[in-house]
Amino acid sequence: MSLFRNIVFTAMVAGLLSGLLLTVMQSLSTVPLILQAEVFENAGGEAGHSHDAAPAAGAAAPADHHHEEEAWAPADGFERFIYTAAANALSAIGFGLVLVAASEALGGFKGWRGGLMFGIAGFLAVSLAPGLGLPPELPGMPAAELGPRQIWWVSTAACTAVALGLLAYTRSAIFAALAIVLLVSPHLIGAPLPPSHETAVPLELHARFVNAVYATNLVFWALLGAACGMLRARFRAGEEASAGSAAKLVSR
Amino acid sequence: MVTKSAATAGSVSTSKIIPLSMTALMGLFIVGFVGFSHLEVVHNAAHDTRHSLAFPCH
Repeated sequence: MSLFRNIVFTAMVAGLLSGLLLTVMQSLSTVPLILQAEVFENAGGEAGHSHDAAPAAGAAAPADHHHEEEAWAPADGFERFIYTAAANALSAIGFGLVLVAASEALGGFKGWRGGLMFGIAGFLAVSLAPGLGLPPELPGMPAAELGPRQIWWVSTAACTAVALGLLAYTRSAIFAALAIVLLVSPHLIGAPLPPSHETAVPLELHARFVNAVYATNLVFWALLGAACGMLRARFRAGEEASAGSAAKLVSR
Repeated sequence: MVTKSAATAGSVSTSKIIPLSMTALMGLFIVGFVGFSHLEVVHNAAHDTRHSLAFPCH
């Protein structure tokens, strides 16, 4: 049980730390671009998701939780920032849990450097590979049905993660070949694309957004991985000692 | 696949399998809820995070 507790604690501390840094980086880079894109989105007609269609009303009055037509959304400004920060921290903790569990199954991080490598692998699997088919989108940009895109995204991330694991942890040519097939096949199958790419959002804004997303995510994953690796190493010694004493208790 | 490569790494004991899969599932559940839930309220609350992490959105 101490293994579970220590992994959760490691992921929580590393996740809170890297999630906080991610929030700071986003509020300087991606979030301003999202807000700019929403101006085009709202000007370009009634979009399906107009959670801040009335910024003045949204900012003045507390949002209505039980409204029928429009679901609740955080009011622009501080409230929205807090929810973004919380969602970032939660995502970071979730990614951290998976990262530590995967590394333990593969023999452990072996210090912060190993953690950093795992973090970069996480960036490749979760940000870069799915982003090759489904580039980061701004609000108001056309996209295919949500369901198929989510399935393609999750499958691509999973295939890439397994492929990287095979490349790093096996030495046979067959597994290397399998890894390459796993890396390439999602992109040969192709992501679900919208029928038309026409959008009111300027290309230049989107280009800056894509760059900002990759830059912030790379730093985020690097910190998450390195922090997980460092904290994990601290816990390991204590864990083995307590596991030993627990085994003694059981054998008595 | 994971168990195969774990076996080659040669250091995963059976007692670790349950806590490790529990943590991995917990992490996937959290990320799934924040990033992939179709609930309108969750989407709105995590909107900027979803866009900034390049999750499929809308």
